[in-house]
Amino acid sequence: MKWVESNLGLVWDLTLTHVALCIPPIVIGFLLSIPIGWFANRFRVSRGTILVVLGLLYTIPSLPLFIFMPLILGTSQVSSLNVTVALTIYAVALMVRSASDGFGSVDSDILQAASAMGYSGWQRFWRVELPLSGPVLLAGLRVVSASTVSLATIGSVIGVTSLGYLFLNGLQRTIPAEVASGIVAVLVIAVVFDLVIVLAGRLLLPWNRGDRSARATARAARRRAVLVAEGAS
Amino acid sequence: MNLLGEGIAWIVDPANYAGPQGWIVRMLEQLFYTFGAIAVAAVIAIPLGYLVGHTGRGRDIAVSLSGGFRALPSFGVIILLALGLGIGFKAPLLTFVIIAIPPILAGAYAGFEAVDRKTIDAARAMGMTEWQVMTRVEVPLGLPLLIGGVRSSALQVVATATLAAYVSGGALGVFIFQAFATRDYPQALGASVIVTALALALEGIFALIQKLVVPRGVVAKEPKDVRARAPRPRATTGIPVQEGK
Repeated sequence: MKWVESNLGLVWDLTLTHVALCIPPIVIGFLLSIPIGWFANRFRVSRGTILVVLGLLYTIPSLPLFIFMPLILGTSQVSSLNVTVALTIYAVALMVRSASDGFGSVDSDILQAASAMGYSGWQRFWRVELPLSGPVLLAGLRVVSASTVSLATIGSVIGVTSLGYLFLNGLQRTIPAEVASGIVAVLVIAVVFDLVIVLAGRLLLPWNRGDRSARATARAARRRAVLVAEGAS
Repeated sequence: MNLLGEGIAWIVDPANYAGPQGWIVRMLEQLFYTFGAIAVAAVIAIPLGYLVGHTGRGRDIAVSLSGGFRALPSFGVIILLALGLGIGFKAPLLTFVIIAIPPILAGAYAGFEAVDRKTIDAARAMGMTEWQVMTRVEVPLGLPLLIGGVRSSALQVVATATLAAYVSGGALGVFIFQAFATRDYPQALGASVIVTALALALEGIFALIQKLVVPRGVVAKEPKDVRARAPRPRATTGIPVQEGK
């Protein structure tokens, strides 16, 4: 505990750095996944192809992917962009599956009703498909956020500062408290991100609140998103 | 692209793949971690997942657990355990068992949950005991999803096993960390290519197994609809509808 007390400043600084490293991949990954997921869900052929390709991308281990990045992007080997882009790739690979599931979960009768009421394709997407697939998208985003926050620690190995620094430094100086505080800080960030996402969901999808069946839908969506991410679906 | 060429040259150089320090031996170490961790994790997670799936109790806990474990930084756990257990293969192996459990648990549970309630009721109506319902209906029908979970944990472990080298645990990460120390980018690249190829090969093998274990009766009328499955409907009790009235 002594180490933690005298190094609170360091842990806090690294926490902020870590948060700054994680937010762009989560946000960009989410935004990219919506059109890709929609397109994947729209046509059966595209769904198969896109999901297989992204599945293979997600298969690439993180440390090798970080190492490949300078070669692909032409960046310097210690650039934090390597980690940002690699984490975005993982976020997209995880999120597109959820997004495609989300759009697939919208009842086709509802879509036909919307079209019959005179919605154009564009309007129908923004006012019907996107809101109704909200719970599934949200559940997917929670998984992506947890995974990104954890993976960012490995960036430290290639010299991109994050909370992983505490692991490397703690091993070198054999201070278990330093390593443990790094793990705790990562988990705290993950929990805070999760709460923010859930809260944003409450605000953006108000019809999902209170009602029992809506809550059950949201829970089922969460279960499914986790299972999909675990490859068990 | 010249760098990639140097990376490939590193892989095919006999000095790098042969012998006890070569990448073939290191790759076997990586596979030892992967299958060792999966075997231990399976013994713990499969019965637990089946219990959750069969009774339907505690599934939200199981889901929160596997969702939450995603946030656990395995790199930190390896190092923390290494500080306690000493450097070597013990700390990484224990970490890999921990990260292999949630996907297998989720797969076992999802496999049971995906079985149509009516099928289970039919099995029970035919006079099967609870144990028979489990072993003859739920287990075979849920096997593809269980393998899906094992596949996912294999991929996570094979990827993370690269980090074992950081605490002198061997495996392919040895070359990567060595390359960082000597600023030998081609070596890091070559080793990364091997790790990636290994992960992709495992993915392919497990995908194949997953296809093969689907029971024949299910293959005959596999659902073509890609839509998300509704949560399993409750068994209904009451008076049968009198048709034609």
